[in-house]
Amino acid sequence: MSEINGHGEPDGSPAEAGRIHQGPRRVIGTPPPAEARTLLGSGKPDSAAAVQRELPADPPDLRKAKIAERIVAACFILAMLAGIGFIAAYIGLEVHSIDAVLRSNLALGTSLSVAFLALGVGATIWVRHLMPDVEITEARKPLASPEPDRAAFAETFAEGAEASQFVKRPLLRRTLIAATLPIAVAPIVLLRDMGPLPGTSLRHTVWRKGVRLMEDVSYTPIRPADFSSPGGMITVIPEGYQYDDDALAKAATIIIKFRPEELEHPTVLNWTVDGIVAYSKICTHVGCPVSLYEQTTHHILCPCHQSTFNAPKGAEVIFGPAARPLPQLPITTNAEGYLVAQSDFHEPVGPSFWERG
Amino acid sequence: MSTSKALEGVGGFLDDRFRGAKGFRTLFRKIFPDHWTFLLGEIALYSFIILLLTGTFLTFFFQPSMTGMTYHGSYTPLDGVRMSQAYASTLNISFDVRGGLLMRQIHHWAADLFMAAIFAHMLRIFFTGAYRKPREVNWLIGIVLLTLGMLEGLFGYSLPDDLLSGAGLRILEGVMQSIPLVGTYLAFFLFGGAFPGNDIIPRLYILHVLLIPGLMLALITAHLFIMFHQKHTQMPGKGRTDQNVVGAPMYPYFMAKTGAFFFFTFAALALAATFAQINPVWLYGPYTPVAMSAGSQPDFYMGMLEGALRVMVPWEWNVAGHTFSFNVFIPALLPLGIIFTGAALWPFIEQWIIGDRREHHVNDRPRNAPTRTAIGMAAITFYGVLWLEGANDLLAEHLDIALYTTTRIAQVSMFVAPVIAYILTKRICLGLQRKDLHLLEHGVETGVIRQLPSGEFTEIARPLTEEERAVLDARTQLSGPAALEAADENGIPAPATRGAIGKVKARLSTILTESVDLTAANGHGRNGHGGNGHGGNGHGAGEPAPAAVPAGGPQEISAGAGPAGPPAVGGGVAAVGGGTVGGGTDGEVAGHSSSDGPDDLGPDGPEQ
Amino acid sequence: MRWITARRRHPAAGYAVVLLMLVAIGMGYAAISGQGAASASAPAADQRQIAKGQDLFAANCSTCHGLEAQGTAVAPSLIGVGAAAVDFQVSTGRMPSAGPGAENARKDVATAFASKKYGEQYIHDVAAYVQSLGGGPTIPSASQVSTAGASLAVGQQLFIANCAQCHNFVGAGGALTYGKYAPALTQATPTQIYEAMLTGPEAMPVFSDTTLRPANKRDIVAYVVETRSEPNPGGFSLGRIGPVTEGLVAFLGLLFFMVLAALWITAKQGKTKPNE
Repeated sequence: MSEINGHGEPDGSPAEAGRIHQGPRRVIGTPPPAEARTLLGSGKPDSAAAVQRELPADPPDLRKAKIAERIVAACFILAMLAGIGFIAAYIGLEVHSIDAVLRSNLALGTSLSVAFLALGVGATIWVRHLMPDVEITEARKPLASPEPDRAAFAETFAEGAEASQFVKRPLLRRTLIAATLPIAVAPIVLLRDMGPLPGTSLRHTVWRKGVRLMEDVSYTPIRPADFSSPGGMITVIPEGYQYDDDALAKAATIIIKFRPEELEHPTVLNWTVDGIVAYSKICTHVGCPVSLYEQTTHHILCPCHQSTFNAPKGAEVIFGPAARPLPQLPITTNAEGYLVAQSDFHEPVGPSFWERG
Repeated sequence: MSTSKALEGVGGFLDDRFRGAKGFRTLFRKIFPDHWTFLLGEIALYSFIILLLTGTFLTFFFQPSMTGMTYHGSYTPLDGVRMSQAYASTLNISFDVRGGLLMRQIHHWAADLFMAAIFAHMLRIFFTGAYRKPREVNWLIGIVLLTLGMLEGLFGYSLPDDLLSGAGLRILEGVMQSIPLVGTYLAFFLFGGAFPGNDIIPRLYILHVLLIPGLMLALITAHLFIMFHQKHTQMPGKGRTDQNVVGAPMYPYFMAKTGAFFFFTFAALALAATFAQINPVWLYGPYTPVAMSAGSQPDFYMGMLEGALRVMVPWEWNVAGHTFSFNVFIPALLPLGIIFTGAALWPFIEQWIIGDRREHHVNDRPRNAPTRTAIGMAAITFYGVLWLEGANDLLAEHLDIALYTTTRIAQVSMFVAPVIAYILTKRICLGLQRKDLHLLEHGVETGVIRQLPSGEFTEIARPLTEEERAVLDARTQLSGPAALEAADENGIPAPATRGAIGKVKARLSTILTESVDLTAANGHGRNGHGGNGHGGNGHGAGEPAPAAVPAGGPQEISAGAGPAGPPAVGGGVAAVGGGTVGGGTDGEVAGHSSSDGPDDLGPDGPEQ
Repeated sequence: MRWITARRRHPAAGYAVVLLMLVAIGMGYAAISGQGAASASAPAADQRQIAKGQDLFAANCSTCHGLEAQGTAVAPSLIGVGAAAVDFQVSTGRMPSAGPGAENARKDVATAFASKKYGEQYIHDVAAYVQSLGGGPTIPSASQVSTAGASLAVGQQLFIANCAQCHNFVGAGGALTYGKYAPALTQATPTQIYEAMLTGPEAMPVFSDTTLRPANKRDIVAYVVETRSEPNPGGFSLGRIGPVTEGLVAFLGLLFFMVLAALWITAKQGKTKPNE
């Protein structure tokens, strides 16, 4: 007896099960009134007679069911045809060009979608209109084990613990733990060679005295006369590292052309050439390449998190989460007149790290 | 009923070896309650299965290698470009393998749908209180699955080594690097050296196809098994109690419905993969650490972290040769950490506050737990503000808002908006409860006006049906949280409420269980005039509810109702009910009048 | 006897033949030249064009830029900006400006320059006038912006390296600060793209021909033009702005569809009347 809500005794007769439900109008998603009830799991032993029927065999309105059956069959046939269409499209349509892939994707995708959609619609109509509506109540057993079971388990556990001598002999226990500890730690130790220690590698880039600034992609050196329009900006990389992504990830640099009088402290003027100033392209926030330069405001904006640096004033941070200005690369010209670095950056580039100082 | 030959043949073969008849019969007769919100988890489940299927296909063609090569494949705009083998193999899948682009797109859409469904499912569980005992462990498993899903998606879309996802990996490396003490070591170990190195793609690959899916598969299996074993919760309604489960049996009903839903999931994903292009890596280009695109965002489930990074102020300490990059590791760890930790601990916090240790198998309607619902909405708002901030440059561009202004708005909203959301939600919930009370007292409006002989016009209200009444009454009958008693009949405070912590607990309990009292409606029936339910003193004071307890029920409920306590006065708090101490015993449900507003009712009696 | 034969001993006959041959050779050369080598720039404007340009300038531009294009409080000086800048600004409709604001957006070409027959000529006239004031980059010729022989691969890499951080990876546009934005490149003609790189309009940096060589500029133009017209094999492009729109579709499309399916599957048969 487990109904608490004061409702009447459920009538679990089969006749009840198939009856059309009368009751208040229901909203989609809420369960129907509990009419056809059978009580499962009530603990009664199975009778000697055959197991009592729990589910009705047919839906109440057989004429509507016939119509539904035809609709479901049509859906399934559509799904079959779509599936065949998928195979045909796969065999018949080539790829290897943008347009061909467009056609192939459209054909394969449409046939697959139709196939699954038809299956889904058919299956849903089947469940909703062909299977007799049923609502069954099943009792829940309490989840906690009954006390006797718990006590019995506790006893078994205790007996076993005692028999194992684990509790009674601390020497065994402690040495076992001591034995397993190093082995448990071993997998962590094994990870050591996953990578080298950082050492001081984060403090330096590959820029050195005399290394030429090369335009990215076209890989051509730059003379100041070539880069003489105020408001110009271009990305440069160190010569010799065109295909070295590890080096470029720190060494990528931007040069911006100003009129010399526009540059001011803390830009180091000794590190500029004729109003051309070089800054690290690696944002000091979390390392995105930063090169969004607004010619009118002289701001360098990082598109990732909007850290903004004031280019003529030492790339100081004026907005956004970056905490440090972009490091400035000291540049000069070499004997042939090309822009070269005077030395490496005077501070680590890129995101901050613990040992940075 | 006749058994078919096939059943005798195959079934007999198996049963001879495994003894399955009784077990399978129990399984087949298992009852599954039906509500559309119960299918949200299934969306995630079936998306996961589709991810496994399409992912396996992709592994046959993808090459997880960062070795450089020059591309000469079918996508001619990139002919001659240097790229990694990973990127080239992705182009190969998209343009040179029949069905490859479709499988890639289904895979990525399925990942998005998987995460979206997990969010929806998690929120449903939260707002209906389905995480309560005995389902706390399942809730925790779910949160772990959410976290693993986020990582899995992040690693997955990083595999093609394109410009967009490579930028994401750069950000990941920068964030790791910023962690105090161990950051640089972690970054170097994960990437096998300096960024980008040659190891990250192959390592993410094995995490993405083996380790994390294995973990997820195991956890999903456990998640489903627990749900099976404990039986699914059910929505409140007639005949539904904490001691039963009402629905249709697994075989054939649930199997058919869930099969249909699987087909719909696959159909939806196939439709999306056909008509909505996703992750067009050929347009992003191969990754280069020297370049970046405007409007770069991660996939939506990582968006909140991105927004947190954007919204943070530039705070950094340089102390004795070491740098604390608060501007990086705080946004990376704190907001999501708060939400996930809060979510993980919530079932236990709620249990601790209100001392409710009963099993709960009937869901709450969200309005019937106003404070919980309001807290959930506040969390969603906090998450949402940061999530929108993650796309702030796109919002600035397309909604014509100045870029910096979007960040300023987010910086303020992230603190203000959750508070507003909490207040609004709570008021709305309480308002809805009052509407329910009105329905209980007065019946449902029919729109039919009748003129009385005296000339007065009244509207005819039809009485509630049993079904409707059962739903509205659900909170008072079955599943409301129990409150801590403040004092027993002799005025001695309960042990749980003593001491500083106890007082805090009692106060929190009041706030958490704040609700409109619906039991007063029971005393008024359908006389059309209804209880006044208004006024500070409450109407039903001194009226103990029936003290009947279910016989043989699994819960240990303290027998004998406590007396109705003193009527609640405007600002007062009165707890009524039995003891709360000790394992297994629980307190009664009580709806407390809130301190604000005169229109809440007096204390109700103890519940069954 | 034919009329021309009768005059073969006329004193002016020789000069007439020479003149005729010169004209024929000149026309023939003009017909076949101008392809291949892209070093020829636009021919120097003549005085009439500059005068016409000055009139147009006075009518349409001098209110803000000053009668001698020297600049005023509301508009910068145009001395030295070059014909290319004028051609870009006017042919995209940005100039004459709609009014003060963060940025001048592309809009319909102003009426004075909108005539089908003469509009482009008028723009070139004004450009020639401004060019005459202080020099600057000239309007690129058709051969200079022709993408025949351009490398899409190089263009893609150059665009990603120098342009994508403002304009997005396919040129769908991006946000800048204080209400400015880098516009989408869907409508720009090859000439306009070239001129924009050359002159650095508004907030855009200047990529002079010595910085970004003309061949590379053509590669970039080829990339922009090809990519924007490239079909989307995976379906609708969703704007080509990345995962944000994909996430929107996932929630508003996919999840919503699934919810509808769930509602349908779990709906019970509506068999009863409301007042039972």
